[in-house]
Amino acid sequence: MSDFVDGFWNLYIAGISIVSIIGCAVLLTMQHQKRIPGQAVGTTGHEWDEDLAEYNNALPKWWMWLFWITIVFALLYLALYPGLGTFKGMLGWSSTGQYKAEQASADTQYGPVFAKYGAMEIPAIAKDPQGRAMGERLFLTYCSQCHGSDARGAKGYPNLADGDWLYGGDPAVILASILDGRNGVMPPMGAAVGGPDGVKELANYVLSLSGSTHDAKLAEAGKAKFAVCAACHGPEAKGNPQLGAPNLTDKVWLYGGSLATISETIDKGRANRMPAHKDFLGPERSKILAAYVWGLSGTRVAPK
Amino acid sequence: MNDTQYNYKVVRQFAVMTVIWGIVGMLVGVIIAAQLAWPALNFDIPFLTYGRLRPLHTNAVIFAFGGSALFATSYYAVQRTCHTRLFGGPLAAFTFWGWQLIIVLAAVTLPLGYTTGKEYAELEWPVDILIAVVWVAYAIVFFGTLATRKVKHIYVANWFFGAFILTVALLHIVNSIESPAGFLKSYSAYAGVQDAMVQWWYGHNAVGFFLTAGFLGMMYYFVPKQAGRPVYSYRLSIVHFWALIFTYMWAGPHHLHYTALPDWAQSLGMVFSLILLAPSWGGMINGIMTLSGAWHKLRTDPILKFLIVSLSFYGMSTFEGPMMSIKTVNALSHYTDWTVGHVHSGALGWVAMISIGSLYYLIPRLFGRAEMYSVKAITLHFWTTTIGIVLYIASMWIAGVMQGLMWRAVNEDGTLTYTFVESVKATYPYYVIRLTGGVLVLSGMFVMLWNVVKTIGAGKAVEATIPPVSAGSGFDAPAHAH
Repeated sequence: MSDFVDGFWNLYIAGISIVSIIGCAVLLTMQHQKRIPGQAVGTTGHEWDEDLAEYNNALPKWWMWLFWITIVFALLYLALYPGLGTFKGMLGWSSTGQYKAEQASADTQYGPVFAKYGAMEIPAIAKDPQGRAMGERLFLTYCSQCHGSDARGAKGYPNLADGDWLYGGDPAVILASILDGRNGVMPPMGAAVGGPDGVKELANYVLSLSGSTHDAKLAEAGKAKFAVCAACHGPEAKGNPQLGAPNLTDKVWLYGGSLATISETIDKGRANRMPAHKDFLGPERSKILAAYVWGLSGTRVAPK
Repeated sequence: MNDTQYNYKVVRQFAVMTVIWGIVGMLVGVIIAAQLAWPALNFDIPFLTYGRLRPLHTNAVIFAFGGSALFATSYYAVQRTCHTRLFGGPLAAFTFWGWQLIIVLAAVTLPLGYTTGKEYAELEWPVDILIAVVWVAYAIVFFGTLATRKVKHIYVANWFFGAFILTVALLHIVNSIESPAGFLKSYSAYAGVQDAMVQWWYGHNAVGFFLTAGFLGMMYYFVPKQAGRPVYSYRLSIVHFWALIFTYMWAGPHHLHYTALPDWAQSLGMVFSLILLAPSWGGMINGIMTLSGAWHKLRTDPILKFLIVSLSFYGMSTFEGPMMSIKTVNALSHYTDWTVGHVHSGALGWVAMISIGSLYYLIPRLFGRAEMYSVKAITLHFWTTTIGIVLYIASMWIAGVMQGLMWRAVNEDGTLTYTFVESVKATYPYYVIRLTGGVLVLSGMFVMLWNVVKTIGAGKAVEATIPPVSAGSGFDAPAHAH
């Protein structure tokens, strides 16, 4: 799409720019006066505030040369590069062109390395020392902001090194999470479970499932309400990897395992978003990252 | 109010407030510098966090400190070089109280988080309107004084003051066109890359006119006065004045290199920023060469030290700036602390030092004294300022180039060598050095405050009778060629 809606603006920009640069040259020339050697420089004869006056020394030669050099440089630059309206410049340079050229050069230089890993299976990449090292550097650059530099996550950001998986720990599933992203939504259930009292009961029931400290009486009442949760979390509350619904019977908590936090989760719901990295990272980098992440957990199994 | 006397009252008011706001603005600067080194100093208190305090710092040092200095010196210089009292009577007083009100409103609204998000234009729409009103009053006072002058020719300092006043009005009004959506909330008339362009046309010209043209006006009055010598070259002042005010207008795009701004705009911004080098140096040359025949005074006069060193920093910054406007250089420097170093070499090296030197000339005379209470304290202030500034800019140069290089370092396999946080960690020692420099500069301002208080205590507010115009300089003088 052109920057200029019609030809007038093109001429306007180009014309004013040229006239301006030439104007600087004209100003400089008009005020240049050859200094006659031996002639003493006098003041202009004007006086202000009792003793303020001005000499009329000639423009310093070196300074004039400096000014001329920048003027000539400007004209040269605008002949070679885009600047005068729609004129593309004699070198045909453009920022998108430069970007594409740099990308092409990077693809030529690094492409083979990434292609090699792109063709491998994820477990094989995880065994490869260079593949792991690349994965770590990529992880630190692109993933650590949310998942932490040690991949152990933070409140609301999954721990990728504990062997516990919301969507499943298969290499292909991990790769899918990276490529396409995830949208893990827990709807707010406060109203559906009978207000603050219902939330309290359910929260205690959920705590009881993992053997955490809870109020038995409240938990008993909560158990009766659990049916509405089973739709996502499963009848045994073991979770549902298809939906990314967590296993509530283990001690792994995305937001924390306190009564207050669990109550908040039930009442207000949660909205989690892992951005899709397919277009940004491409298939090869995503695969290397998937291998790195998969390798972090190894054969580790989540704490019960 | 006496037509035979200059209006020194408003000059006194602005001069004293310049010192106060200088301390306030630089203190906030020291606080945020400390927060960058030790983030715990944010204390998790919203109105004390870096994000809230940074615009308070920039607005305080540019508009409160720099603005008050410009008001004080322009009101002083225009009266004395026109041999007439300030025009407009109470309008001058209105500009003083109006400006102070604006500063107070900034000090309240900015830490509370009311911001337009536009750099150096963060103040929300009610304050923007107040600024415009005060500025129009300023223009009336200043140009009214020029219009009623008793001297035929307009002294060069006033060309610069006049240009600064007119362009700042234009810049402020155009960039602040916004649609109010609440008492302290508005939406800019511009969006996207067009907004970026308008913003940086404003932003760079805030530097070029508020912080440069205005202070060149200050320089042109106080340097020849303190040196006791004529200005070096009238011819040079003509060329560099017109070239400067014209070329500065084009420089804005150099803030937007390698962004979504169209290539042609980036090129124009770059070449005109380079052309700007010579007109800027014209100012430096004219100021420094005014000392011809009086270089020896530099050894003993700390006020001249301030003024001349400020011009050296001005020359340095106006060389560095055009260099950083070159796209290839900018690709390294943009978003790094090199930009911060460059800003402060100009803001502290040029703006602060020329203001301080000018005030040390001005304040005694406003209180009937020949010089400041303690000349030794001026020397102390000079050295703490200079050393502080050098520490500041050197540490930021190193940090900036280091950041730029770290961010672009790539391994053999195409992965980035450093994570962003590693560059932050590597910058830490330079943040501490920069803080040290800033503390030195701030401490000098406290020395100045002490000196000013002692000077005022030893003197008394005076009014000055307007002296007669020199023969040949009035309107009745016969016409002559230059």
